[in-house]
Amino acid sequence: MATIQALTPSRSRWRELALLVPAVGVGVYAYLQVGLATGGAPPSDLLMFAGLLAGVGLLVHLVLRWRAPYADQVMLPIVIALNGIGLAMIARVHLGLQGRTRSWDVDPSRQMMWVVVGTVAALVVLIALRDHRTLRRYTWTALIAGVGLLLLPMLPGIGRTINGSRLWVGVGPFTLQPAELAKICFAVFFAGYLVTHRDTLTLAGRKVLGISLPRPRDLGPILLAWAVSVGVLLSQRELGTSILLFGLFIAMLYVATERLSWVVIGGLLSLGGVALVAMNVGYVQARFDVWLHALDPEIYNRDPGGSGQIVSGLFGMANGGLFGTGWGEGYPWLTYSANADMIMPSIAEEIGLVGILAVLMLYVILVLRGLRTAIGIRDGFGKLLACGLAFTMALQCFVVVGGATRVIPLSGLTMPFLAAGGSSLLANWIILALLLRLSDGARRPGASVEATPVAVVSLPPREGVARA
Amino acid sequence: MSELVLTVLRLSFLVLIWLLVLSCLRTLRSDIYGTRVGARAGSRRRLGRPSDAPLDDGGTSPAPQRSGPVTLVVLAGPLAGTTLNLHSSAVLIGRAPSCTLVLDDDYASGRHARIFPHDGRWFVEDLGSTNGSWLGDHRVGEPEPMDPGLQLKIGQTVIELRK
Repeated sequence: MATIQALTPSRSRWRELALLVPAVGVGVYAYLQVGLATGGAPPSDLLMFAGLLAGVGLLVHLVLRWRAPYADQVMLPIVIALNGIGLAMIARVHLGLQGRTRSWDVDPSRQMMWVVVGTVAALVVLIALRDHRTLRRYTWTALIAGVGLLLLPMLPGIGRTINGSRLWVGVGPFTLQPAELAKICFAVFFAGYLVTHRDTLTLAGRKVLGISLPRPRDLGPILLAWAVSVGVLLSQRELGTSILLFGLFIAMLYVATERLSWVVIGGLLSLGGVALVAMNVGYVQARFDVWLHALDPEIYNRDPGGSGQIVSGLFGMANGGLFGTGWGEGYPWLTYSANADMIMPSIAEEIGLVGILAVLMLYVILVLRGLRTAIGIRDGFGKLLACGLAFTMALQCFVVVGGATRVIPLSGLTMPFLAAGGSSLLANWIILALLLRLSDGARRPGASVEATPVAVVSLPPREGVARA
Repeated sequence: MSELVLTVLRLSFLVLIWLLVLSCLRTLRSDIYGTRVGARAGSRRRLGRPSDAPLDDGGTSPAPQRSGPVTLVVLAGPLAGTTLNLHSSAVLIGRAPSCTLVLDDDYASGRHARIFPHDGRWFVEDLGSTNGSWLGDHRVGEPEPMDPGLQLKIGQTVIELRK
């Protein structure tokens, strides 16, 4: 027996407002240094830059005061800081290129526009979605929307193939990567599906080597998810998205059922799938060569599919060393896609290991708050959704940083909030809004639910308790 | 730009970003929420013998007073040790996730029983469960009063109300 005492957080949001000051400051200071280093003077649009970050932060802050007063206090400042650092690096790479045309170059003003679009989407979610449980009604709609978004680039006419991956949808001058939005739909679907079916999936089958295996007929959904992710990999030639979707499903399945066997099965299936594809698809095979033998001259000089990009990133990080070259003093633009897929090595070059660890710490805190929300929230659907959304962010960081540092093969995912790319920014702002909404639900004192189902104190199982 | 200025700029940025990280962590430290679980040694045994529990109106018939804060205590079963504060709304007990008290008990039905206040007393009603709810030694059918101290048996779970 234990005594249980409920602690309710205060609804004052002054802490968030106070944290927004250094958060905006980090981005503005970075951009100021970029201007000083490259032009010898503060950038002409520094005030606009500062105004954008501060305006976005303040606007979301005020809406949170209005619509989600109990929401988490540190998520928004962290996102503002990451956005600022990302914008500064994108501007820095753009300046570094000095008019040399690169297909991956992004004008900072375009990225700023996407920050505004992302914020507006987040505000719409915060204002329109009063209770996250509403989303549970759209479980199967979310599945259809998710699959539809995944298939959208395959449509002739609007689908675009960029760098050998058919991931983009182009409407006029805008290109969108619908898979980024699909992951939100899938998180909603998995949460809704698992919360109703977890009992069946938890049913123990036979026990082998201390792991209780599920019954064969319960394997259906996991095999289906596996097939979808491999299908994505084969049809769109994109490793990152399929790893993300399958990893999301396994993680949520594990959280829903507490069965280690699902993780083992999922791990084996993904290893098998990757091995199968790596053996047979040339494009993925090349990625593996690059990963394992990046520094071989033969692989380095190979065109296409050489390891130049990854090696250049490694050289950049080595150039940065412990404390970095300083903003605007390095050579990040030499790396292919230095403002998107390879933005982490670019930042590591200019602010060093000490700085990049701080950036990673910001991600750790963000994910931690997401998982804390999952613990605090009262309904099963909300728990699974918060957990899934936080986990996608963590997995995405792992895949990107792991790819750039040669822990795993490089795959085309983007660093949330940092990397250039509108769809990623849009999707991650929506995820932020959902997490803030969920955390508001988690921290709101249970006034409406008078008898909250708290205090399930786990005790060791008693002897002689027979199960039906 | 001179070397000195560059070094100052470089290091001051690192200081600033780590300050942000540390102030985030400080905010987290002062922003704890949820439930605090404090161990109370030796109380578990007492819980097993409800006769020891101090009851305001244990033996006598309870006066029809306004139902003050009442605690629902699970005495036996997989959830033994769980307490639930009741206020003025009904409590649903069963295995379905929508119940207020979700029993992890294979002998309980999805929506097994309901405990609700009426005229200052608490009543229990069986919601057509398979294995029934037992108050003392008789099966509960129609709503009947469940005064503090009476033990309600649902599957393997024994529940009692405490003032």
